[in-house]
Amino acid sequence: MEHIRMPKVENVRLVDRSSSRRIKVGTLYLTATHTIFVGKGSEDRCELWVLHSLVCNVVKHKASQSGYPLLIHCKNFQVMQFIISQESDCHNVYISLSRLSRPEKYEELYCFSFNPNVDKAEREHSWDFLDLKAEYSRMGLPNKLWHVTPINREYRVCDTYPADLFVPQSVTLPVIIGSSKFRSRGRFPTLSYYCKENHATICRSSQPLSGFSARCLEDEQMLQAIMKSNPGSRFMYVVDTRPKLNAMANRAAGKGYENEDNYCNIKFQFIGIENIHVMRNSQQKLIEVSALRSPSMGEFLMGLENSDWLRHIKSIMEAGIFISKAVAEEGVNVLVHCSDGWDRTAQVCSVASVLLDPYYRTLKGLMVLIEKDWVSFGHKFSHRCGHLDGEAKEVSPVIDQFLDCLWQLMEQFPCYFEYNEKFLINIHNHIYSCHYGNFICNSQKERKDLCIKEKTHSIWPHLWENKLDFMNPLFKPDQSQNQGLLRPRTAPYCFKYWRRLYNRFDRELHPRQSELDCLMTVKEETQQLEEDLALCEQVEHQIFNYHPHKSKQALWSLPLDTSLANTPQDYIGGFIGGAPNVFTLQQGERESAELCLFGDKPKSSDADNSDQESGVADFSSHSSGEESLPSEDSVKDPDSDETGPNRA
Amino acid sequence: MELSEHIKTANVEDVTLRRPFHPALRGTLCVTSHHLLFSDRKDEASWQLLILLKNIDAIEKSVENLFGYPRAMGSSGTITIKCKDLLVLQLEIPGMEECLNIASSIEALSSLESVTEMYPFFYRPSHLTLNGPWGLSSTEQYYKQTERLWDRWRVSTVNSDYSVCPSYPSAVIVPREVDDDKLIRSARFRQGGRFPVLSYCHHRNGMVIMRSSQPLTGANKKRCKEDELLLQAVIDGSELGYIIDLRSAQQAQQARMTGGGFESKSFYSHWKRIHRHHERGKIVQESLIKLVEACSDPSHSVDRWLSKLENSKWLSHVHSALSTAGLVVECVERDGHSVLVHGSEGTDNTLLVSSLAQLILDPASRTVTGFLCLLEREWIQAGHPFQQRCAHSAYSHARLKQECPIFLLLLDCVWQVWRQFPLALEFSEALLLRLAQEVYASNYGTFLCNSEQERCAAGVKENTHCLFQSLLRPDIEEQYLNPLYEPTDLAIWPSVHPQSLQLWTGLFLRWTEYAQNMEEAREEVWSIVKEHHEQAGPDRTNNTLSTHCDTLTPFENLMDELTIL
Repeated sequence: MEHIRMPKVENVRLVDRSSSRRIKVGTLYLTATHTIFVGKGSEDRCELWVLHSLVCNVVKHKASQSGYPLLIHCKNFQVMQFIISQESDCHNVYISLSRLSRPEKYEELYCFSFNPNVDKAEREHSWDFLDLKAEYSRMGLPNKLWHVTPINREYRVCDTYPADLFVPQSVTLPVIIGSSKFRSRGRFPTLSYYCKENHATICRSSQPLSGFSARCLEDEQMLQAIMKSNPGSRFMYVVDTRPKLNAMANRAAGKGYENEDNYCNIKFQFIGIENIHVMRNSQQKLIEVSALRSPSMGEFLMGLENSDWLRHIKSIMEAGIFISKAVAEEGVNVLVHCSDGWDRTAQVCSVASVLLDPYYRTLKGLMVLIEKDWVSFGHKFSHRCGHLDGEAKEVSPVIDQFLDCLWQLMEQFPCYFEYNEKFLINIHNHIYSCHYGNFICNSQKERKDLCIKEKTHSIWPHLWENKLDFMNPLFKPDQSQNQGLLRPRTAPYCFKYWRRLYNRFDRELHPRQSELDCLMTVKEETQQLEEDLALCEQVEHQIFNYHPHKSKQALWSLPLDTSLANTPQDYIGGFIGGAPNVFTLQQGERESAELCLFGDKPKSSDADNSDQESGVADFSSHSSGEESLPSEDSVKDPDSDETGPNRA
Repeated sequence: MELSEHIKTANVEDVTLRRPFHPALRGTLCVTSHHLLFSDRKDEASWQLLILLKNIDAIEKSVENLFGYPRAMGSSGTITIKCKDLLVLQLEIPGMEECLNIASSIEALSSLESVTEMYPFFYRPSHLTLNGPWGLSSTEQYYKQTERLWDRWRVSTVNSDYSVCPSYPSAVIVPREVDDDKLIRSARFRQGGRFPVLSYCHHRNGMVIMRSSQPLTGANKKRCKEDELLLQAVIDGSELGYIIDLRSAQQAQQARMTGGGFESKSFYSHWKRIHRHHERGKIVQESLIKLVEACSDPSHSVDRWLSKLENSKWLSHVHSALSTAGLVVECVERDGHSVLVHGSEGTDNTLLVSSLAQLILDPASRTVTGFLCLLEREWIQAGHPFQQRCAHSAYSHARLKQECPIFLLLLDCVWQVWRQFPLALEFSEALLLRLAQEVYASNYGTFLCNSEQERCAAGVKENTHCLFQSLLRPDIEEQYLNPLYEPTDLAIWPSVHPQSLQLWTGLFLRWTEYAQNMEEAREEVWSIVKEHHEQAGPDRTNNTLSTHCDTLTPFENLMDELTIL
C-alpha cells in the first residue's frame, strides 16, 4: 500500500483506442492489486479492472488540450489511454503504477493475496488436478527400458530440473552425474516424450560443455544408452535448435555442440531458431503493427513482414515437424537441446508432442503438456514473463510462440483439436496474470521453496470447470485418434497473423458472428435433446420396472465433474443487483484484468451499440478474450465472471 | 473454318495425367471442339477429366527428344495446362508430333472469338429445355415486386432499342418526374450514354443508390441542365445527396482533359462529392497475376511470401472496395442520404461498389435467390463487359487487352463479408467458387457477351441455358447453402481493418492441401447441423440456430477519413 501515492483520481477520461471520440469519464482507483476505472453516470456506468501484474509499462504522453495522457500497455496486449486533468495527479498515478506493476518480491504477486472462498483441502486438491506421474504412465512408463531416477530428488544434480526424471534403465548414477557436469547448468539428457508404439523417444538437455575439443565419457555413454533404449533403431538424432553460427560462437565460451566423431551413431542436426532476444524484438515489432491505427493494407503487411514473427513461428514449427517425423516415421530417438534447454527446447519438444500424440490436442492433454514440458522442466516463467522487476533482457515471448504454433495448427486442422482458440488465449492471459501459482518462479525447486502449492491456487481446475467454453465443436475425436501424426503444411501462406490474440481487445476487428459459438450451441442443444429423449425413455422404463440403480445412473450421467463441483463459481450476484457496493458483493475469484458492468442495464448503455457487449465495447477492453460480458447468460465465462477485489 | 479443322490429332493413347491430390494416371486423351477429355478406360463410360477448352488460360509445352532419335519411340512431350480456375495439370504425351498437335489444337480452340461458336450454344443437357423465360428477373419485374418504388420512380423504356446507351438494358428505373427526353439528353452528357439510373432503394428509409458513368464536362466545364434536373429529382428537393466518385480528386480533374469530368459543386448544389481512389483495369488484372504467382510457389520464405502478397495489392483492392461500399451504406443507412456512384465508364468499380453496398444493406440480397438476382441486375443487365474482362485469367501470356478480374474481386469481398458474418448469408463459399469458375468458362450463356444488346444480337437467350436458373432449379444443391444461415434485418457492417481481411484461401489455394482440410471442416459443420435437425425434428429446427446470433453493430465512422469537396 505504501506505493500508492494517489488512491483515487476523479474526472479521468478513458479513451477508446479505435475511435478517439468515444470517451468515458469516471474515477480512477489504485488498489493494492488492481487499477480500477469506474465510469460515471447511470447510462454508461461500467468498470474496468486491470491487474497490476498484467501491466507491461506505463507511459506519460505530452500534455494535450484536454489533459495529461497516460498510456498503459498490458502483457495481454490490452492498451488503455487515460487522460488526467491535473499534471500532479497524472504524475502520482504514473509513479504509483510504475512501482505497483513492477513487484520486487514474489510475495507481492497477486496469486499470494488471491483468496477465493475455498478451504485448504480444496486448494490442495486443485493442485492434484494434474498428475505428471499419471501422464508418464499414460505414455507407458516406467517400463523395462526407462525408469525414474531418484538422483535429482533434492535438486542437487540440477536445480532447474524436476525431482523425478526418466532415464534409460541401463544408465548408472555416476554416468548421470558425469553427464550433468558436462552439460550447461547440469541439464543432462532426460526423457520428455515416449512413443509406446515404437519405443522411440524425445529426450531433452542443455548444450554440452564441449568447447573446441572437450569430451566426456559419461555423456557419450548417456547418449549411447538413450540410443540403445530404442531397440529398433541404429542411430539417434541430436537436434540443436540454434542457428549454427550461434552454436559455434558458444564453443568459444567452453560450450557448444556434440561432435559426431565422439558420439557413436548420432546424426547431428542444426535447426536455426533464433534466440530469446531476437524473438523479443520480433514480438515488439509485431505488437507495434497490431496497434497501428487504421493502417493501409500495405503498411500492415509490410509491418508483419518486417517483424519476422511468422518466419520464427515457421522455424519452430519445422523443428517440431522434423522431430515428430523422426519419432513416428523413422522410429528414431531424438535428443533436443538449445543452449540451456529451457526455451527453444521446450517449444520444439512440445510442438513435436502435439503433432505426435492426439492426447495433447485435448483440453486436459494440453494442460498436462504445459505442466510437463514447460513448468516442470524449468521454463523460466518469472524471467520470461517479467513477473518481477528485473532484467529486461530476460523477458521473451517464448511460450507465446508455442501457443501461436498451436493456433496455426488449429487453423490448418480445424477438426483435430478438442480445444478452441479461447482456451489458448485464456492460458496466455493466466501465464502473465500471476493470478494463479502455476506460472510463478523459474523452476520446480523455487516453487517448492516458496510453498507455491500451499499459498496459491492452481489454474487448471478453474479452466477445466469452464471447459464448455473452450470446446471446439468441429473436433472429431475418433478421427483424431486414427490420424495420429499431424502433418502440417509449411508453405508460407499457412502461417497467419493471430488477430484474436494480438488484437484481442480491439473488438471491432473481429467477426461479428461466431461460427464456432453457433455450432457449439447447436451441438449442446442436440445433446440436450438426446438426453431428454433418453431420460424420457428411462422414465417410461422405470414406470414399468422400478430400478433404483438406474435412476442413480441418470444423475451421474449429467456432464458434471464431481471432483470439481464444489469450487465456488457463483458469479451471478454481482450483476443482477444494481448496487454500487459491488466491491463487497462477491467472494468469488478475482480475476486478472477485470471489467464488469454493475449497472442494472447491461444491455442498453450505448445507443450506437445495440448488442450485448455494448457497455464494455466502448472501452474495447474485455479482460478476458472475446467472450461477452457477464450478462445473465454468460455465467460460464471463466474470465469475465469474477468481481469484488479486496479494497484493502 | 469449322471448329473440327483445328483438331489435327483427336486421340492419343498412353498419356500420363498429373494433377493435384490424385495419383498419376495413364490413359487416353481426347480433344473435341470444346473439351479436353482424359480416360483411363477402366470403365468405358466414364472419364477422369473433362475440362472446357475455354477454361484453359495458358499451355506450356516442353518436348523432349530422348536419345536423339527423331520421331522414334523415345520422343515425348509434356504439356502443362493452366486453367482459369487456377488448376494446373500436366500431360505427358508420347510422340513429339502428337504433343505439338494437341497443344496447337488447345491453343486455337481455347481462344475462340465468336460467341456463337462457344460451348453454351451447344450445351443441351436432357434435364433443361430452351423454352421459357431466360434469367431470373427483368427490370420490369423487379419494379413490380418493389412496392416502395412505385410512388416516385418509373420504368423507362427509352433504351428499348439500345440507341441511348448501348451497354444498358432495354428498361431502366428513373425518377418518375423525369421524362424520356431529359434522359436522352442526360445520356449524351455521360460517357457511353450511361445516365444515372436507380440501382437500389433502401427498404428502411427510401434512400437510393444510383449509378452512372462520369459526366462529359470536358476542359471547358460544359454542363447539362437535364442531367442536373435528373439528379435533383433523385433527392427530391431540399435534401442532400452524396456523389461517390471512384477516382481520386486529381484523377477526376485529369479526366476533364480527355472529355470526361465530374459534377461541379456550383451546378449540382445539393450533391456533395466524395472521392475515393480505386484501381482499375490492367492494374487489377496484374494484381491477380502477381497474387496467383505468389500462391503457386510454396517454397518461398514467409518474408518473401508476405512481400509478394503485399506487392500484388490484391488485398488492398479488397480493402478499398469494402471501405467504399461501407461508406455508401453509411450515407444511406446511417445518415439517410441518397448516393450516386460512378467512376469513369461506370461498368466496373461502380457495379462492384453498388452491389457490395446492397449486400451489406439489404437482407433480401443475402439469400441465394436474392444474391443471384443482384448479380443478374447489377452485373449482367447493367452491362459489365464480361467477355472482355474475363477473356483471360491469371496465367495467360497473351498481351492484356481489356481483362480485369473485377467480378472476382466482388466474389472475394463477398467472401470477406461471409467470414465476418458467418451466419448472415444464405449461400456458402461453394457458390462463390462456382461463380468464380463459371464466369471464365461455362456451359451456360449467362456470362457471355458484354451487354444485353450483344446478348440479344447473338441470340444468347434463345440458344443457351441460364446458369442462375439452373442453380436454383428444382432445388439448390446443399453444398451451395450455408447451414448456419440466420437471416438478420440489420445492415452487416464489415470490418475493413487490414487485420480483419484475409486471403481467400478457398479460391487462391483451392488446389492445395491447405484448402482440403477446410473442406473437411465444412462437412463437419453440415453433419453437426444435420444431427441437430434429426434430433429436433422439423418444427424446432429454425428457432434454435438463432440462439447465438449476435447482434450487429456499426463500428466506425468511415466519413472520418474522407476528402469531401
